Amino acid sequence: MYHLELINTCHKPMNSASIQTQHQHHSRWAPDNVLLPILELSQFPTFVDLPLFASKIPAGFPSPADDHLEATIDLNRQYIRHPAATFFIRVQGHSMIEAGIHNGDMLVVDRSLEAQSGSIVIAVVNGELTVKKLVIDGDEVWLRPENPEFEPMQIKDGMELHIWGVVAHVIHSFSG
Amino acid sequence: MNVFAIADANNFYPSCERVFQPHLDGKPVIVLSNNDGCVIARSNEAKLLGVKMGAPYFQIKKFAMQEGITVLSSNYALYGDMSQRVMLCLSRYASRVEMYSIDECFLDLSGLPQDLMSYCQTMCKTVKQWTGIPISIGIAPTKTLAKLANRLAKKGYSAHGAVLDWQTLASPDAILESTPLEDIWGISRRLSEKLQAIGIDHALALHNADPKYIRQHFGVVMERIVLELRGISCIPLEEMPPPKKQIMTSRSFGEKLTSIDDLRSAVTHFAARSGEKLRHQQLSAQALTVFIQTSPFDTQHPQYANSATTEFDRPTDNSAQLIAAAHRGLQQIFKTGFSYQRAGILLPDLLPAGVAQTSLFDIVENSGRSEQLMATLDNINRVHGKRTIRYASEMISKRWHMRQQFKSPSYTTNWRELLTINI
Repeated sequence: MYHLELINTCHKPMNSASIQTQHQHHSRWAPDNVLLPILELSQFPTFVDLPLFASKIPAGFPSPADDHLEATIDLNRQYIRHPAATFFIRVQGHSMIEAGIHNGDMLVVDRSLEAQSGSIVIAVVNGELTVKKLVIDGDEVWLRPENPEFEPMQIKDGMELHIWGVVAHVIHSFSG
Repeated sequence: MNVFAIADANNFYPSCERVFQPHLDGKPVIVLSNNDGCVIARSNEAKLLGVKMGAPYFQIKKFAMQEGITVLSSNYALYGDMSQRVMLCLSRYASRVEMYSIDECFLDLSGLPQDLMSYCQTMCKTVKQWTGIPISIGIAPTKTLAKLANRLAKKGYSAHGAVLDWQTLASPDAILESTPLEDIWGISRRLSEKLQAIGIDHALALHNADPKYIRQHFGVVMERIVLELRGISCIPLEEMPPPKKQIMTSRSFGEKLTSIDDLRSAVTHFAARSGEKLRHQQLSAQALTVFIQTSPFDTQHPQYANSATTEFDRPTDNSAQLIAAAHRGLQQIFKTGFSYQRAGILLPDLLPAGVAQTSLFDIVENSGRSEQLMATLDNINRVHGKRTIRYASEMISKRWHMRQQFKSPSYTTNWRELLTINI
């Protein structure tokens, strides 16, 4: 199974993700010592510096844009406000499609955020992890899927609900 | 007055595992040492079932199955990452912190205007919410008393849950009297026996002992403990860990090794890893010791242990040189006919990198290139994941790899092993 995964990944086009960090495709020695590119380890946090302005400088002539050069923009700094509290989670399934969460997407979960009615949350119901929209309606607490084919779940007496974290962003790749 | 706090994660390894496997909450969990040898961490439920720290796994395997105890191999990638998150969280609450171990952190809370108790309770709550890790906090005028306060908090002595302030205890003397010497930070079993031999039986007796007398008989370190027990701070916060004097990279193997090729592979890996550690800390090694040994517990087979030390002409932090020295040493000490259980590399004498003078005959350009090569190697391995580029002789054998039968995924450090939720 491990081998199949390696081969699959290496034939995928890697350049069409909507948000993609440099660190996603790396190389590693496969068990039989063959070099294959696969998704690999990354240090956390990673930094991807993209210059806001970039210009080629002809020798002797400074670019008029140089005075306007600003700090680089960094996806991590923008989307990960609390590194200690931020976790990446992969989802499998279709119950949150109308919230823009598709099968195989990666969620950026910020545990420092307080969940409110309407938040997309990682919830633990009776020990099981799930991703749903939290809806608080008076005394009633619901976990609502964002797909009409799935049933909402009301949290009743005797059920244990724990909010694991709040989904801050979703990363969807078009490379499938 | 000084105010120290120590924040200590409760059952840290099992707690890390539970963040990603919440169904283990409230259930007994144990974590095993490298090679799944013995128990190194237990959840409260496992402690209540009577699982002892250090118990060999093969002895309790059946019991664990009968009692429904979840058994896990240690997952240091996960624990290291979670530790960093906890420390990062804690450092928001104090201007000075000392990361004392993977799951303990001293904080300097001197001069805080706020109510200490509620401040620390907020700290516990935030760490739990942000990271999922439960912590306890002990507060006191000295580090030694803060450690004691933390122990008491864990045992449920506090009226304020996970936080205990030594200064608010109604009868600290009674508590010291019921505290065994070995529960005091810095007192080993051996020292405790020596103290008992002169009639000092518990923490209160040590607290009341004459510091001068203690210093004469036990030295200045023990005198400091006496003073610290009295609330006089003698052990300051160490914000920067002192530079390492030696580097050791060693491991016991998943299976016993008999061939020199297997050992060479392991030793190459240890030497390369030692080189990484050296460069990371900007140190260089003056000598390298390689050692191999059979299992001291294996009485069925003949035993052998030996080591060889190579001195370098000039201090080095170059992995290739370390590996070459390790290979030469191994060649000298290896004997056939033994089942080797452990090997390692020790760099006993370290200098700050760059201190060494290059000799007259050094080709300066060449030595610059070797630094560049090492920097490139480290950079690739940092960005693309550990062991992306390795020395070929590391790859000859895999037999020396650790046994980790029950390891959970590297949820936070590997893209391919992220927590996956079915929705």
